[in-house]
Amino acid sequence: MELPGKDLLDMESLSRDHISRILDTAETLREISERPIKKVPILRGKTIVLFFHEPSTRTKTSFDVAAKRLSADTHSLSQSTSSLTKGETLEDTAKTLEAMHPDAIVIRHSCSGAPHQIARLVKSSVINAGDGLHAHPTQALLDLLTVRRRKGRIEGINISIVGDIAHSRVARSDIAAFSKMGATVTICGPRTMIPAGITQLGCSVIHNADKAVEGADVVMMLRIQKERLKSALMASERDYAVHFGLNSRRMRLAADDAIIMHPGPLNRGVEIAPDVADGPNSVILEQVENGVAVRMAVLYMLLGGKPHAPEN
Amino acid sequence: MRLKIKGGHVVCPCNGIDRPMDLLVKDGLIAACGEDAAREESADRVIDAAGMHILPGLMDMHVHLREPGEEYKESIETGTLAAARGGFTDIACMPNTKLVNDNPSVTAYILEKARQAAHCRVHPVCAITPGLCGKGLCELGLMASAGAVAASDDGKSVADAGLMRRALEYAATFNLPVLCHCEDLSLCEGGVMHEGRVATAMGLAGIPSASEWLIVERDIALAHITGAKVHICHVSTRQSVEAIRHAKARGIPVTAETAPHYFTLTHRAVAGYNTFAKVNPPLREPADVDAIIEGLADGTLDVIATDHAPHSPTEKAVEFDLAAFGMVGLETAIPLALALAHKKILTLMQLAEKMTKNPRSILNIDSPGIRVGAPADITILDINRKVKVTPKAFASKSKNTPFGGMELTGAVAATIFGGRMVFDAL
Repeated sequence: MELPGKDLLDMESLSRDHISRILDTAETLREISERPIKKVPILRGKTIVLFFHEPSTRTKTSFDVAAKRLSADTHSLSQSTSSLTKGETLEDTAKTLEAMHPDAIVIRHSCSGAPHQIARLVKSSVINAGDGLHAHPTQALLDLLTVRRRKGRIEGINISIVGDIAHSRVARSDIAAFSKMGATVTICGPRTMIPAGITQLGCSVIHNADKAVEGADVVMMLRIQKERLKSALMASERDYAVHFGLNSRRMRLAADDAIIMHPGPLNRGVEIAPDVADGPNSVILEQVENGVAVRMAVLYMLLGGKPHAPEN
Repeated sequence: MRLKIKGGHVVCPCNGIDRPMDLLVKDGLIAACGEDAAREESADRVIDAAGMHILPGLMDMHVHLREPGEEYKESIETGTLAAARGGFTDIACMPNTKLVNDNPSVTAYILEKARQAAHCRVHPVCAITPGLCGKGLCELGLMASAGAVAASDDGKSVADAGLMRRALEYAATFNLPVLCHCEDLSLCEGGVMHEGRVATAMGLAGIPSASEWLIVERDIALAHITGAKVHICHVSTRQSVEAIRHAKARGIPVTAETAPHYFTLTHRAVAGYNTFAKVNPPLREPADVDAIIEGLADGTLDVIATDHAPHSPTEKAVEFDLAAFGMVGLETAIPLALALAHKKILTLMQLAEKMTKNPRSILNIDSPGIRVGAPADITILDINRKVKVTPKAFASKSKNTPFGGMELTGAVAATIFGGRMVFDAL
């Protein structure tokens, strides 16, 4: 099965079947990373531009590693200032990228929707590597893969996502992805961090972290950014940590075999206590590992690979 | 030039006329009406207006002409030409140009350029505070003398309530109404669209309805304590309509306008990060659209104005967060407004009131309407003509409309300004 359209922009545009197929493909490709020679030639001759308009080391490296394991050539184009401050429009940027004839453009952008706007203007595949507060589909896919590998299923799982939902593209994509796959999604945070109408994405809201964690199979903690203090979304890191941080006491309320996830980077001692982050239930590093596999699968499926596993 | 308009149905709220009537235009004036006009045989041109409606020239009291300073977006020449094509013989232009209209020389410059362009009459609105900075008062007396018809810091609110109170009192001294852009900026914090489910799903920062109606309520309170006339610009929320309705019932001197996009589109129009649908105040929810329509029908909202806000691709072909607010409106106003008549929400007479008589009355501009001896400012409408919105064909320099490609019903067939045919699509 091919993916719908040339791009991967958000989870909403993928069906349940598409998602399962991406996860299956990732599962197959995952093994390449464990070989002594970690490279297969399936995307040889393909050009992938990594256009990162916002600082990112993890996601960018993950895409870069994924592309190279499939033998694609990657080119990195970082831009810390907006096109506009240089007098260029986003349309100019899109045309410039297109003129390099890439097969795919992986875009990280601080403005929601920028990858969608660029995708409409270029023939290349556009992969959203995180746009503003909107979406981070490959993160949601790697989270799905991590849960599926650990729990054997996604359907019927209880997942609680705790943090600044309002400013999290990871939360938006995860809510959409997990609810689409049949999990029960609960989000939690102070009222200042829960945006209007979030339940439409397929979740329920609880403002008490103990209750949110209680009985959960998966607890996902989101990074709390210090800048949120300035806009009065929280009173102090301490107040946040006490009421919404994941510590070992709170973790005991979750299901016995519950796993702990975090999209990283961690704020140890704020949203997650160090002993919990490093404890046996934590799958945070598995998420990173699965990230490479999922991104290999997406690149492979979008750039003309056959839908089934490549031969060795 | 003697012009005879034959067989049209006159809808004139200024003189209470709502019937078929011939008109004769001569020397820039309406020289004869009805039988007298019908008898006249020596016309240079006879317009067969059978099936058409004849209104007094329309007035748009909320236009951004961008000159002086941003002539790459619009100029007085192109903006007034767009107005003529939209059926408007009078427009009021907002002061937030790059050289702010906060002193009499800018006011005089605008009037002179408009006189040269001669596509319609332009009534400058001057700033309330110098440079629209929200501090101190402009020389409203001098600007009224120079030809300003109202004062406004449009684009933002005067945040300081005490200063706004003094502005209302001071402006009233010179018989200048104050046009209020109602927005509490502290509630908007980087917002780019209506706060609600669509903004949340799209990951865009929201502008809550309360940022508007909080200031609507404040300015109504200030009108109440000062007795000065307050006009609320571009109403977009249900709560604002309710507040204005309640204020009017209590006899507070408040009037209000809305724009075609607020009774036509909802926040869903931004889908796909369409920057042409980014406007301030933002497009709201269906319940707000219903309330705006109700407010128009029951007279709570006195005026339909366009808030014509031209922007070039430099401001619009960019990230949604970074795109400028605003859309052009002069050349789509009539077909969008006529939808209300086609849906029987407004009679043509009510529509004509909101687009001819009421805006002039709020701005203290004479509106003689269709009668013998009046200036021949006439808009001829073909209300059943099918039109497709074609931004490329706009006279406006800017094409930023979310209505491009839409099929609408109703068109301006001709605009006559001072006895001259300034737009002819007969």
